[in-house]
Amino acid sequence: MSENNKLNMSLEHREYLRKVKQRKICVLVAQIVIIVAIFALWEIAARAKIIDPFITSQPSRIVDTIAKLYREGSLLRHIAITCLETVLGFLLGTMLGTFIAIILWWSEFLQKVLEPYLIVLNSLPKIALGPIFIVWIGAGPIAIVVIAMTISIVVTILEVLNGFLGVDNDKIKLVKTFGASKIQVFTKVVLPASLPVIVNALKVSVGLSWVGVIVGEFLVSKEGIGYLIVYGGQVFQLDLVMASVLILSLAAFLMYRVVAWIEKIVIVNRNS
Amino acid sequence: MDIVVEINNLGMKYHSMNGEITALENINLIVEKGEFLSIVGPSGCGKSTLLSLIAGLVLPSFGSILVDGKEVTGPSHKVGYMLQKDHLFEWRTIMQNVLLGPEIRGTLNEETKEYALKLLDTYGLYDFKDKYPSQLSGGMRQRVALIRTLVTKPEILLLDEAFSALDYQTRLIVSEDIYKIIKRENKTAILVTHDIAESISMADRVIVLSKRPATVKKIFEIKLTCENRTPMTSRDAPEFRQYFNGIWKELDIHV
Repeated sequence: MSENNKLNMSLEHREYLRKVKQRKICVLVAQIVIIVAIFALWEIAARAKIIDPFITSQPSRIVDTIAKLYREGSLLRHIAITCLETVLGFLLGTMLGTFIAIILWWSEFLQKVLEPYLIVLNSLPKIALGPIFIVWIGAGPIAIVVIAMTISIVVTILEVLNGFLGVDNDKIKLVKTFGASKIQVFTKVVLPASLPVIVNALKVSVGLSWVGVIVGEFLVSKEGIGYLIVYGGQVFQLDLVMASVLILSLAAFLMYRVVAWIEKIVIVNRNS
Repeated sequence: MDIVVEINNLGMKYHSMNGEITALENINLIVEKGEFLSIVGPSGCGKSTLLSLIAGLVLPSFGSILVDGKEVTGPSHKVGYMLQKDHLFEWRTIMQNVLLGPEIRGTLNEETKEYALKLLDTYGLYDFKDKYPSQLSGGMRQRVALIRTLVTKPEILLLDEAFSALDYQTRLIVSEDIYKIIKRENKTAILVTHDIAESISMADRVIVLSKRPATVKKIFEIKLTCENRTPMTSRDAPEFRQYFNGIWKELDIHV
């Protein structure tokens, strides 16, 4: 808002804006208070021997663990591997999924034929396919990426296809009156009109890719955050498990923010 | 007089699992150059189907349609179609929306861009050319939709309930607006509407279609004694009420 506007504002409006701003700050403060309180209580309870840090771990030990991992030089490597696997699985899943959705939009016949298969694949917990991929591909990062991709691809296909099919028929009719070919109908109307749906599908599948990667790492890996969690559990080192979960939450949150940021850029100017 | 549209023994059938529906039957119609034609009929009688047929979006089961002497076999450059809603693409600026037709037809060049700018300028939208549709009022959006059609230089404009989505006041203003633009650009127009008053106020002739299977039931030549005829002044003409009652009777609607 320009300075000029600010000067012309009525007192009530200024008051209103101030209240909105105040409310925002209150929410932020409450959010910070909650996280600080949880960690503080956790630490105090552990130190006062109310809970057993061997089983529950405690914030100071988590920090120590992270620092130790960092000094050993393996921390960043674990994080990088897991993030890379997730991003790859996510990108492959959404790109392939969108591509398949385009084919299904194009051919109503294929769409009808494949419908029951998609429904089965959608309701099937894709994790169950994990061992199959490991046998086929070998126990390694590629199998993990494939598991992550498999989880996000089905949702992407269904969501994006639904978006394509939900485009207003009159909009399609409009470009047809200009003599648009099927490719033009797709590129000029269907794709741009369903961009918000596609971006929304991205948000869902980024979460699912994390699930796929962590489960994949549980199953096979020797590196990555999922590996740290499983390893920590096996050797009863809860500090390592908690530290890994904390790092994982942060990484997942950041990736979600990136997608949300992309959404903001893509969906600019769409108010109707 | 030049004949722009000639419809001969036109019939249209739809097929579905529940059987076949005859939407239109034995329609004969001639539209002359520069004429403004309104089509009214009971709801669901196939008014919009008739426009889709003229636009070449669907092909007739029987009979033929000639636009400018040539049989319609698909969407033609000579026909411009306006739908109930403006359907401006919210991801495109006004200028980009207006250029949609030339873009699809592959005729986007400096000349068409200049023509688009000229039309936007003439109809008071030049300053909005880089805005997005959500920043415009309903009336302005409908004007943009008309310009988007005019940019392709159609011989004939098909208006499919083109004002029905607007609220009543806006609707009166927009139909006045669009009528003037069409007359000024000297275009032939066919308006499909369920609003009897609107049909009389804009048209030189009102075609009344019967219930399904629709056929031409009656044609009213609208001759109003008023100066500077526009949709607004038409409504004040002494004959307006008689036409209204006449058309209402022909529509023969029972609820």
